[in-house]
Amino acid sequence: MPKLGADMTEGRVVEWLKQPGEPIARGEVVLVIETDKANVEVESWTEGRLEKILVAPGDEWLPVGTPLAVIAGEGVVAAPPPSPAAAPATAPAPAAKPPERRPAAPPPRAGAERVHVSPIARKRADELKLDLATIVGTGSDGRITLDDVERAAAARPAAKPATPADKQQRMREAIAAAMARSKREIPHYYVGTTIDLSKALAWLAAANAKRSVTERLLYGVLLIKATALALREVPELNGFFVNGRAERRAAIHVGVAISLRGGGLVAPALLDADKQPLDALMRALQDLVQRARAGSLRSSEMTEPTVTVTNLGERGVETVYGVIYPPQLALVGFGAVVERPWVVGGEVLARPLINATLSADHRATDGHRGAIFLDALARLLQEPEKL
Amino acid sequence: MKNDEIRARVLEVLARIAPELDPAELAPGENLRDQLDVDSMDFLNFVIGLHQAFGVEVPETDYRKLLTLDDCVTYLAAKVKPA
Repeated sequence: MPKLGADMTEGRVVEWLKQPGEPIARGEVVLVIETDKANVEVESWTEGRLEKILVAPGDEWLPVGTPLAVIAGEGVVAAPPPSPAAAPATAPAPAAKPPERRPAAPPPRAGAERVHVSPIARKRADELKLDLATIVGTGSDGRITLDDVERAAAARPAAKPATPADKQQRMREAIAAAMARSKREIPHYYVGTTIDLSKALAWLAAANAKRSVTERLLYGVLLIKATALALREVPELNGFFVNGRAERRAAIHVGVAISLRGGGLVAPALLDADKQPLDALMRALQDLVQRARAGSLRSSEMTEPTVTVTNLGERGVETVYGVIYPPQLALVGFGAVVERPWVVGGEVLARPLINATLSADHRATDGHRGAIFLDALARLLQEPEKL
Repeated sequence: MKNDEIRARVLEVLARIAPELDPAELAPGENLRDQLDVDSMDFLNFVIGLHQAFGVEVPETDYRKLLTLDDCVTYLAAKVKPA
């Protein structure tokens, strides 16, 4: 059971998209798991052949680290190599250690007859959490065979979908856990600045006027791209605090905070946001928002963000004081674009302004570097044609 | 295309953006963004949906003419070619 974010402690198998014997390529989606926040397509981080499925789809919530399958030639697939984005800052979870499962043993049945079962079938039934008393044996003298167990597993009804209220409750708990950890462990500092967006918005309006509605850009994409490029200039804000120290990352994967319609939020990654042209970034963002709200994100998108951007200006918020998503090092927040008086060359003019804030981990950087980042962000947004 | 048909199609597009939408509870003269809690990405998808449903290209400068359901019907009625 891979850890797909700092706030994930358990998940459950919804569906296997590969069957035993099938080859698996690196990056290929192998199964779907349900987390507290969404259904996530889990990609393989290795190549091989799916030898054995250890956990069938079902109701059981399993702790992070639970082995789910075996890939031939590659050993036990317990979880992806602990991703920095997923690893706790203080005590990384051992991925290969078989964790304890929730108690699931069936209650003893008074007067139940002794069940004849082969050792391998008993082991498999235990793995699949099947009650042997409910399985009809087809072996000699009614002995339960491995085939009987596999048939019983296949015939088991699919997991009952959680109710919206259940999902909402689990999401709130997950967010609470991650944010409490952030506030407990990360010494935040906050710096902010006001940025004149008149050039950026004028450029955007002109660009969009030439485009079909299906190709238009949102100003939020300019903010994301400018953030990613500014991080190149202050790379110590991009990465994770793990094993007691800050670790920079060369790749800039921007986690985008996306509010979900039923409440709650997720922050999946726009990969290599600094390298993508605006058009590609816009299409990727559209796809990400659509899939986040449909509950079909990929595991890499959940574990890869090296920084988070949140834009709360849509509902009129002027300034964001964000909470860093651990173990990331920073969060960049944007408020509403508001037309206000602004002094330009000694004249007071009406200009569209936005407040940008940086919440950063003081263990990794100081306010001075944060200020340099915001200065770079503001400068980059004055040259939108170069984004 | 009659206004009732336009309204029904607009509601279909809105339902794709906001699946929890109950057309009976939508006030036709009140702001869609406020009623449905749509953000700029939702609104862009709404405009794309209108484009697909009606073949109408809505320029950004006309977004302010689509604030309410009634606004949308009025705007589209003027743009949609008679069947």
